[in-house]
Amino acid sequence: MNKPLRRVAVFCGLLVLALLVRVNWVQFVESDQLKNDPHNRRVAIERYSTPRGNIIVDGKAVTGSVTTDTGDFKYKRTYKNGKMWAPVTGYASQAFDSNQLEKLNDAILTGSDDRLFFSRTVDMFTGGKQKGGNVVTTLDAKAQKAAFDGLGDKKGAVVALNPETGAILALASTPSYDPSTFAGMTDKDAAAYNALQKKNDPDDPMLNRALRQTYPPGSTFKVVTAAAALENGLYTDVDAKTNSPVPYILPDTAHQPLNNEGSIACENVSLREALRLSCNTVFGKVSADLGNAKMKAEAEKFGFNNARIDTPVRAAESVFPKDNRPQNAMAGIGQASNRATPLQMAMVASAVANGGKLMKPYMVEQLVAPNLNVVQQHTPQEMSRPLSPENAQKLQSMMETVVKEGTGTSAQIDGATVGGKTGTAQHGENNKDNPYAWFISYAKTGKGTPVAVAVVIEGSDTLRGDIAGGKLAAPIAKGVMEAVIEGEK
Amino acid sequence: MSSTTTTTTVGTFAAPSRRNTELALLVFAVLIPVFAYVNVGLAKDGSVPAGALGYTLGLGLLAGVTHLVVRKWAPYADPLMLPVATLLNGLGLVFIWRLDQEPKISTPQLGGAMAPGQLMWSTLGVALFLGVLVFLKDHRVLQRYTYISMVVALVLLIAPIFFPARFGARIWITIPGVGSLQPGEFAKIIIAIFFAGYLMVKRDALALASRRFMGLYLPRGRDLGPILVIWALSLMILVFETDLGTSLLFFGLFVVMLYVATERTSWIVFGLLLSAGGAVAVATFESHVQVRVHNWLNPLELQNGGVTETAQSMYSFGSGGLMGSGLGQGYSRLIGGIAPKSDYILATVGEEIGLAGLMAILLLYGLLIERGIRTALAARDPFGKLLAVGLSGAFALQVFVVAGGVTGLIPLTGMTMPFLAQGGSSVIANWALVGILLRISDTARRPAPAPAPSTDAEMTQVVRP
Repeated sequence: MNKPLRRVAVFCGLLVLALLVRVNWVQFVESDQLKNDPHNRRVAIERYSTPRGNIIVDGKAVTGSVTTDTGDFKYKRTYKNGKMWAPVTGYASQAFDSNQLEKLNDAILTGSDDRLFFSRTVDMFTGGKQKGGNVVTTLDAKAQKAAFDGLGDKKGAVVALNPETGAILALASTPSYDPSTFAGMTDKDAAAYNALQKKNDPDDPMLNRALRQTYPPGSTFKVVTAAAALENGLYTDVDAKTNSPVPYILPDTAHQPLNNEGSIACENVSLREALRLSCNTVFGKVSADLGNAKMKAEAEKFGFNNARIDTPVRAAESVFPKDNRPQNAMAGIGQASNRATPLQMAMVASAVANGGKLMKPYMVEQLVAPNLNVVQQHTPQEMSRPLSPENAQKLQSMMETVVKEGTGTSAQIDGATVGGKTGTAQHGENNKDNPYAWFISYAKTGKGTPVAVAVVIEGSDTLRGDIAGGKLAAPIAKGVMEAVIEGEK
Repeated sequence: MSSTTTTTTVGTFAAPSRRNTELALLVFAVLIPVFAYVNVGLAKDGSVPAGALGYTLGLGLLAGVTHLVVRKWAPYADPLMLPVATLLNGLGLVFIWRLDQEPKISTPQLGGAMAPGQLMWSTLGVALFLGVLVFLKDHRVLQRYTYISMVVALVLLIAPIFFPARFGARIWITIPGVGSLQPGEFAKIIIAIFFAGYLMVKRDALALASRRFMGLYLPRGRDLGPILVIWALSLMILVFETDLGTSLLFFGLFVVMLYVATERTSWIVFGLLLSAGGAVAVATFESHVQVRVHNWLNPLELQNGGVTETAQSMYSFGSGGLMGSGLGQGYSRLIGGIAPKSDYILATVGEEIGLAGLMAILLLYGLLIERGIRTALAARDPFGKLLAVGLSGAFALQVFVVAGGVTGLIPLTGMTMPFLAQGGSSVIANWALVGILLRISDTARRPAPAPAPSTDAEMTQVVRP
């Protein structure tokens, strides 16, 4: 019986060998793939096993981490004044992933970024746990607070930029949400998250209105139209009379008039007067006279029709449409299919204020390793030149007139020169919905031009006319500008 | 192969008893689990576990007593099997204790902490092992119980039908106040005794009194009939109880023993044909089996919006990688439920001591299996040979089916990893199995009594006239 016994022995040996080959296959060949499979919960456990790095504003962290004892995840995110900073930080939740800066800089914040390799290696040898790096933002805490408090319980957004660098100083959006409420994994977190969803809250608090929502820019767009007029030589003297009748009949239409709000005297006024009074007839005609191609080209220099404005959080695309003549005339006064984000309109104001040079907007100044070494430093970049320096000077003086003696007087600041433009954008079929109140502005001091702001407020119930932008939005812009100037001193 | 010659040849010179080798190996078999135990404690709480000393003493005492009993009652027994079994059992206890530290899979609904129970069952297992060595003076005694064991095996197999199903299989009998037993584990040994006893008697008839049919030898019905009936009956019971692992085990056991007994390769062909046919037949009407096969082919697939147990165990193996996460530092609790301590214990092994550790464990099993077959080779009587190869073969198949199932080599069938996995019946039965193998090896390696002086060998008397 020994011959079959030996064969059985060989067979049993083969069984064990097959197992050995199999475990080598699973634990060696397929190991990495299994280890990093997105459904492998260890990936998430690992991720939350150390405190996340922080997002820094003015040298102070606006985020934090606390230990939890629920579930597998050791640390969860906390936010200081989460409602105010949510449009900047975004959220990082154990259950609902993350977005915005939290998502884009995830590798730095968790410490897994390749650029932190050295720091991780040191940690490994010293037995320390992997640490996350920090994200240093460009934001100005005082300006942000002014913007957020200014918006109050109104629905709207504020963006403030440094025109000289493109640094974002304030980025507020209301109604807002506190990302701390759903940072964890519990049922409570899930309930908080669900309550914030648009289907459960029509105000859509998780929408970042400053970057991700487009509005008709209304009269604030007249700054772009004026820039197009100057750049294309349609008018060279901002104080010369224009050839513009009241009412202005839209081109290619059977006597469809473009009217002004109220009964302001707009017939043949100069560009300066037209901007001061916010004449629809003058700018509608300028847009029509230049034609769609030239208007679109100028708008695009300001950043319209660019789907890749990354701050690094990507802004929604602002649109100046390719359109027929009557619609193009309407687009020239910020109506029709013309749509802009608050960031876009802040870029318009900042380009004018910065002598015609548009700087690329950004909000991450530095990425910092756990040992405080700078991993990445932002250098300001020029994005485009929508205006020549001379034309920028002309437009500045026009916008300053608006604040000095026009619709934007409520934005005046002692000791600073402020230029601005109000706007009230109609929206909805036949203008049935509440208009949006806009204000864009910049402030100059003896030392330079530290700030440009765009403010938009949805749902200004009773107010109509350009005065709405001046009344509702301008004071908020003023508060933000003052906060920045205060910080400069 | 000099050792083979010394063990298979009956000599008057005593083979070395190797008891001291066994003692030295036992020291390692006790120390390694103790270190592992301390390691888990340090990783989980940063301190040496409170029970470390007691555990060391207990395991050491157990190993010492077994060694002394073997030295006294089975002095020529194989020196490797006892240390290997002790090491596997000790490591199993450490892994179960380690999983007990995870609150999520040690809730009262899931049976709470299981290491203390397992320790008690292991002690009982060792007691049975000692009992076998002390009271079973000669394994050939078992031959007398051929038909009784057949009846006992059938009763054990049928019994679970009268008890409610647990965890999807009807393989348990519940005794109030004591707990539940898995009679299949014991039936495995008892049916091997029956097969060995029956085949020893009938092997010549089966091998020789057969007709040749299409190149294969078909035995007479009256020789093959009874065993075929018993075997088919047990398979049907097991299929009915949806205990697929055990039915596969019984099938393999039957084929291997028949092949060894008759020395006819045709049995392998029959076996493969029958198993292929049986597998297809069962798979077509058992949805249970279809699910298993589906999970095997698509291990990482999401089901009901979640990750399956199969996927979780694959993740465990993958995350363990070459060296493992370290004892106590893995996340095999994610497999969930009661399975991490029983069916999926290898996943914890793979995750926490890595590919290196898992291969070491598999080689320990391989070693135990091959020592068992070597015992069969060394045994001098056909019954002992058949019984030893049956028990070793069953053990090998069980290891293969469980480890292959958990690692995704074959569809998962749900059996316990001998010695390692949580399960009272399993650990007791496997200690008994090792006890019988040791008894056979002792008989095999024991020097034969000096041959009576042969008259032929005496000097021829020269009768002088």
